[in-house]
Amino acid sequence: MQPYDLPDDFGHFGQFGGTFVAETLIEALDELRDMYAKYKDDPDFLTEFHHDLKHFVGRPSPIYFAERLTKKIGGAKIYLKREDLNHTGAHKVNNTVGQALLAKRMGKPRVIAETGAGQHGVATATIAARLGLECVVYMGAEDIKRQSPNVYRMKLLGATVVPVESGSKTLKDALNEALRDWVTNVSNTFYIIGTVAGPHPYPMMVRDFNSVVGKECKIQMPELENKQPDVIVACVGGGSNAMGIFYPYIDDKNVQLVGVEAAGDGIETGKHAAPLTSNSAIGVLHGNRTYLMQNDEGQIIDTHSVSAGLDYPGVGPEHAWLKDSGRASYVAITDKEALESFHNLCLIEGIIPALETSHALAYAEKIAAKMSPEEIILVNLSGRGDKDINTVADISGISL
Amino acid sequence: MSRIQATFKSLKNKKEKALIPFFTAGDPHPDKTVEIMNTLVSAGADMIELGIPFSDPMADGPVIQRASERALKNNVGITTTIKLAAEFRKNNKTTPIILMGYANPIEAIGIDNFVSLIKDADIDGVITVDYPPEESEQFVKKLKENGIDSIFLISPTTDNKRIELIINQATGFLYYVSLKGVTGSANIDINQVSKKVKNIKEFTELPVGVGFGVRDAKTAKEVAAISDAVVIGSRIVQEIEESNDGDLINNIRNLVVEMKNSISEEVISK
Repeated sequence: MQPYDLPDDFGHFGQFGGTFVAETLIEALDELRDMYAKYKDDPDFLTEFHHDLKHFVGRPSPIYFAERLTKKIGGAKIYLKREDLNHTGAHKVNNTVGQALLAKRMGKPRVIAETGAGQHGVATATIAARLGLECVVYMGAEDIKRQSPNVYRMKLLGATVVPVESGSKTLKDALNEALRDWVTNVSNTFYIIGTVAGPHPYPMMVRDFNSVVGKECKIQMPELENKQPDVIVACVGGGSNAMGIFYPYIDDKNVQLVGVEAAGDGIETGKHAAPLTSNSAIGVLHGNRTYLMQNDEGQIIDTHSVSAGLDYPGVGPEHAWLKDSGRASYVAITDKEALESFHNLCLIEGIIPALETSHALAYAEKIAAKMSPEEIILVNLSGRGDKDINTVADISGISL
Repeated sequence: MSRIQATFKSLKNKKEKALIPFFTAGDPHPDKTVEIMNTLVSAGADMIELGIPFSDPMADGPVIQRASERALKNNVGITTTIKLAAEFRKNNKTTPIILMGYANPIEAIGIDNFVSLIKDADIDGVITVDYPPEESEQFVKKLKENGIDSIFLISPTTDNKRIELIINQATGFLYYVSLKGVTGSANIDINQVSKKVKNIKEFTELPVGVGFGVRDAKTAKEVAAISDAVVIGSRIVQEIEESNDGDLINNIRNLVVEMKNSISEEVISK
């Protein structure tokens, strides 16, 4: 059997991915692709990357057996990969450390980022502060309202947060605005994309930097259970935490991979952020070809999710490929189901999960009940939920 | 010979340069689109670049982004844009129409469908901002088979190797983006533009138009002196945005006449 080796040299995962950008960005992407190719296997670069992951981020993150949750559900054993314990509280930091180190090697004194929930913005501002880089974060005006603690965190870390007022004022518009900044300031600026989307080489590079998550699991799971998990569950907005844990397992065909999208008010209501589960059409956005939530005339439509980090109309092109090839399956969880699992984990395990992550937890709980106690589900606990307490309190009718 | 080629040839014979204004279809209102197009022509436009509204115009600055948002609020998308162009074509058989837009609306209605619709509408050329040559071979082939020109962008950072790749696929003319940035950004450095246009012309006989950053008559004149065509986009869209309904047509006419006169002076002074 051929080992999995996508994308191709032009960033294609089958018909997905690619480089769909204006000519003005091509040189910057060529430079990035060449520099990433040069450093990705460079021993000095990797030593520095892993040193920072260990000493600055706090890796490896543990895998934790959610014993009380497992008992309550009564079925498969539920394990949690604790990315919430990373410095800055989510998996996002793995990628930002990698890209910021690359920016430094490329001699770019300024980094920019887009952010939805604010986790990627915080992670970028953090590493920028540590490396002494100027940092500008683009964030939808709507998201700024929803995620005020993270906005202040970024400011504390010395970043400039620019509110994006165009379009739907959410993550997709922040990405557009960051691309506009990059095209204008390309000579001194490195664009740190936070998810496995964007033009080549981003989907591949972001996946590679995050794949430390799955690589650790492959070592940790046998230490705990003498085997790999039967099912891996991760939430999918753009899909970076899911790619990070899925990628090292793609050739392990016995391990089932499940991505959980945001069903919002329910797929049938149209108010969701689940392009894969809702069978959206294929299109081109943010530099790649993928499944996209859009109308008949190709206008991107507004998405809805209680979790800002999943509120994205597209999905990383590799997920589109994994879905079509049948290697991974994709499902969706509503706001309501995610909130129940959020509270559940707080009360039963003493862990406040991110609302994004709560989608993955909700699906794991659903399937665990139907599985045997010998089977194992590994959930990527992609982030902690401190940033979401205002949202959850609002929904519960509590003012903080 | 395509309508675009014919227009460039006739201008060359007269030692004139092309003026190509841009605006977004459906902005400020679809009822105005054909009237604006006719006004542009009567004021001196040699070709018209018509923007297809898109929800995520990542290469455009705030002025053209807002134009897209206004047009979308008026329910103008890709099919209405083509219909409006077809309506203009009924009474104007000579002025080339170039559509400028993004890949997703084209793919959403289907590439074959798009090509057949624009052929029926007698549209002359297409600029697809986020289709670099590597990702658009099939699309360009279909346009060519139907006699429609594929206009590609060349940027200040496009090296010689890529220029060769681009001119292999491009027809009609080449669109040189005069600055690093989005549409409507700061003013351009005319010496740099001049150098790059000369550089492009070493590779091709195709006419070279210059756009992004031409905001006044003086710059238009300077650009005309060193290229074959001047594209004026954000400045016109700004005029549309800032004019009230009563003054709209007059304001557009005055602006384009001023640009045209300035470009023509250049010819006379030679």
